[in-house]
Amino acid sequence: MPIPAAILTLGLSVVLVLVGLWVGQNVNMLPIDASANAPVYDELFQVLFSIGTSLLLGIVGLLIYSLVRYRRVAGDTGDGLPIEGNLPLEIFWTAVPAIVVLFIGIYSYDIYERMGGMAPLNDHSVHVMQASADSSIAAGMAMEASQGSGGPARIWGGISPTGSGAAAVNVDVTAMQFAFIFRYPESGIISGELHVPVGQTVALNMEAKDVIHAFWVPQFRLKQDVIPGQPTLLSFTATKEGRYPIICAELCGPYHGGMRSTVVVEDPETYSTWVTKNSPAPLPVSVSSAPSAPLQS
Amino acid sequence: MTLTLSPPTATPEPQAPLQPQGWLRYFSFSVDHKVIGLQYLVCGFIFYFIGGALAGMIRTELWTPLSDFMPRETYNEVLTMHGTVMIFLWIVPVVNGAFGNYLIPFYVGARDMAFPRLNAVAFWLIPPAGLLLISSYFIGSASQSGWTAYPPLSLTTPATGQVIWILSVLLLGGSSIFGGINFIATILKLRRPGLKLLQLPMFCWALLGTSILVVLSTPVLAGTLVLLSFDIIAHTGFFNPALGGNAVVYQHLFWFYSHPAVYIMVLPAFGLVSEILPVHARKPLFGYITMVYSILAIVVLGLVVWAHHMFTSGTPPWMRLFFTIATSLIAVPTGIKFFNWLATLWGGKIALNTAMLFSCGFIVNFVFGGITGVALAQVPFDIHVHDTYFVVAHFHYIVYGGTVFVIFGSVYHWYPKFTGRMANETLGRLHFVLTFIGFNLCFAPQHWLGLNGMPRRVAEYDPQFTFINQLSSVGALLMAISTLPFLINMVYSAFAGEKAGDNPWRALTPEWLTSSPPPVENWKGPAPLVTHPYGYGEAPKPQTAVASST
Ligand code: HEM
Ligand SMILES: [Cu+2]
Ligand SMILES: [Cu+2]
Repeated sequence: MPIPAAILTLGLSVVLVLVGLWVGQNVNMLPIDASANAPVYDELFQVLFSIGTSLLLGIVGLLIYSLVRYRRVAGDTGDGLPIEGNLPLEIFWTAVPAIVVLFIGIYSYDIYERMGGMAPLNDHSVHVMQASADSSIAAGMAMEASQGSGGPARIWGGISPTGSGAAAVNVDVTAMQFAFIFRYPESGIISGELHVPVGQTVALNMEAKDVIHAFWVPQFRLKQDVIPGQPTLLSFTATKEGRYPIICAELCGPYHGGMRSTVVVEDPETYSTWVTKNSPAPLPVSVSSAPSAPLQS
Repeated sequence: MTLTLSPPTATPEPQAPLQPQGWLRYFSFSVDHKVIGLQYLVCGFIFYFIGGALAGMIRTELWTPLSDFMPRETYNEVLTMHGTVMIFLWIVPVVNGAFGNYLIPFYVGARDMAFPRLNAVAFWLIPPAGLLLISSYFIGSASQSGWTAYPPLSLTTPATGQVIWILSVLLLGGSSIFGGINFIATILKLRRPGLKLLQLPMFCWALLGTSILVVLSTPVLAGTLVLLSFDIIAHTGFFNPALGGNAVVYQHLFWFYSHPAVYIMVLPAFGLVSEILPVHARKPLFGYITMVYSILAIVVLGLVVWAHHMFTSGTPPWMRLFFTIATSLIAVPTGIKFFNWLATLWGGKIALNTAMLFSCGFIVNFVFGGITGVALAQVPFDIHVHDTYFVVAHFHYIVYGGTVFVIFGSVYHWYPKFTGRMANETLGRLHFVLTFIGFNLCFAPQHWLGLNGMPRRVAEYDPQFTFINQLSSVGALLMAISTLPFLINMVYSAFAGEKAGDNPWRALTPEWLTSSPPPVENWKGPAPLVTHPYGYGEAPKPQTAVASST
């Protein structure tokens, strides 16, 4: 008994959706997730990957089926059916993408909200130590958000801290051809590597000296341009200990490809030992337990 | 009724009879739209091979993780040149200039474009502009700041190269604007009496939409680049933060042109595919009116999505939200076109020849690139992959897998029209298979590279990415090899190809209702009135040609 076309179509669509879901769940294309917003990102990625797989397989499948099923028999010089359109069908395939896209938009908005992206700057929990930010930002072109402390304007990186409300670590970041320099204002440390304690919110006050650079840590799913004349604030919370690359992602000159550094995420004790050891002046840091991990600097 | 013949009343008779004849025409300031179209096409292909050689150098450098093949400065010159050549000297001139010029006058039932001399000027701006661009490499230094030329980098790299780059892009932009004006005037004003707008072949609508984008957005690019050149030469501070300027304003202005530019590169390809599919599937184009509206929707939306290139530039949240939504919405009219093409194939009698293979390859690749595009439109997704190889993969799926595939398909489809001979099918299929495999091998792995931490525009990279980069380079090599059967085919068939007759595909659009190649005045006698360019399956058929081969 032949199966009715409608049921066949429905069945195939269900199979497609299931395959998409399976691929989204089981094919991992991302590096490890080491920041608070990375798992949120990966959730979005899975959803997009599932939808994309179903769509691609569906359309390519339909195409290949048509090419085989309706291939011209040698010698046939006739025409196909003179069908010029079909309104219900057209409404259907306008509505379906519209709904899919609307869903994706709302969902990614939700994801962005969960990453803290839509929070007004002065609401979020980072307390920015402000030294100098001589910004010459054209009003209206950039968000001139004032800090909670009423400091001068900084462009905001777009993702606010998530995770524990622990006291923030502040780091001043200078991007220049072709290096990142990290300065810890509390302790006066100047370093070529970024050391941060796991689980604590870190606020980067970034500035570019010469041309545009971008601060990217793939394992944090985080990227922010550092634009001369636009002091920028970027914050994140690392969740997994380890060493991850910091990569400049904006073409900045001949050695752009070599403009890399490392972020070292370590447990709080190791971190405070690192701070103590590297501080130019002695600091009152209570080292309650001896560090177990070797220091890296 | 499909076809009526009636005397021409409004179309001007061709002037300028004192033109060189024979092959010399192609080296002259010809005002014949067919000659100009082929001039654009061949000139475009020359630049395509130059751009391809540059791409080969990039993929060679990336064979190893170290910067060991060429100096770093040279690498940046090569990648800047590659992008600029491919966009401004290959894709834009070929899909607009070449096919637009050749086909539009036929489609509107005219004997030439509205402004034939302007048309020739538009073409003849291109070779000098291209030579100027390439010469910069030999007089000091070519531009090193990428095709996007973001300041302040473009203000600090060697000035000669950057200024020459600006000059030649200005010339090419001017050429593009002249072309755009000409297409708009021709489509709206030179239509044969009795021919209504909604009876035009879809390529006309695609080119009308494209030309509107060209005319609205290219002047913005020109103005921006003039300001940039002031910053470089006269040390003004429009975009220089050190002098109180704003580097982000440049990005807004640049992308206000350059996002529409991506549609300038792809809408004509949509139009060409809409011409190819019905002919070889022997079915009317499905959903003509929806296709027209979706082109118009793409034009309007395409003007308000530019900031999706700037999600990490410190754009405020409301702006990110707006541009995410606008960008995602473009997927709807784009999707409509794809479903309509699939419906055109459905129930047809499909000849899977080379033109058709490339068109179907286009569908597959473009859907892939469209899906990654919608993902990129989502701010939280884009923050991770912006400026990585994921983006490189996305736009090559669109521009190469989409537009370049369509260009090849179109060359095979109209080859008998251009030359009067058929292109060789065996070589054509070989070309397709090599290109399709090479292309996907080259660019699919780049998605993974971007997701896992490889930024774009680098000459050196993390050694863990070596193998995937080598895969990609092998794909690029295959793509290079694939051009051999193409070139052999084009040259060989021009002399020894099977005679095509006037209308080997038994097509209904007006360019086929004349001899192949067509006479200077396009039709001996009056221009045919074609009101159903896709009237397959309807009687009666035009019997102007004998089917000589399939
Ligand atoms: C479905 C429609 C499309 C969507 C939603 C889309 C979306 C995007 C987005 C969001 C980006 C920015 C990625 C980033 O830099 O982080 C992008 C980049 C790009 N897209 Fe698309 N795109 C679409 C179609 C196209 C088309 C039709 C073309 C060209 C023919 C194209 C060419 C490009 C190019 C050239 C870039 C990179 C420009 C550069 O940075 O050098 N895209 N696309
Ligand atoms: Cu950099
Ligand atoms: Cu865009």
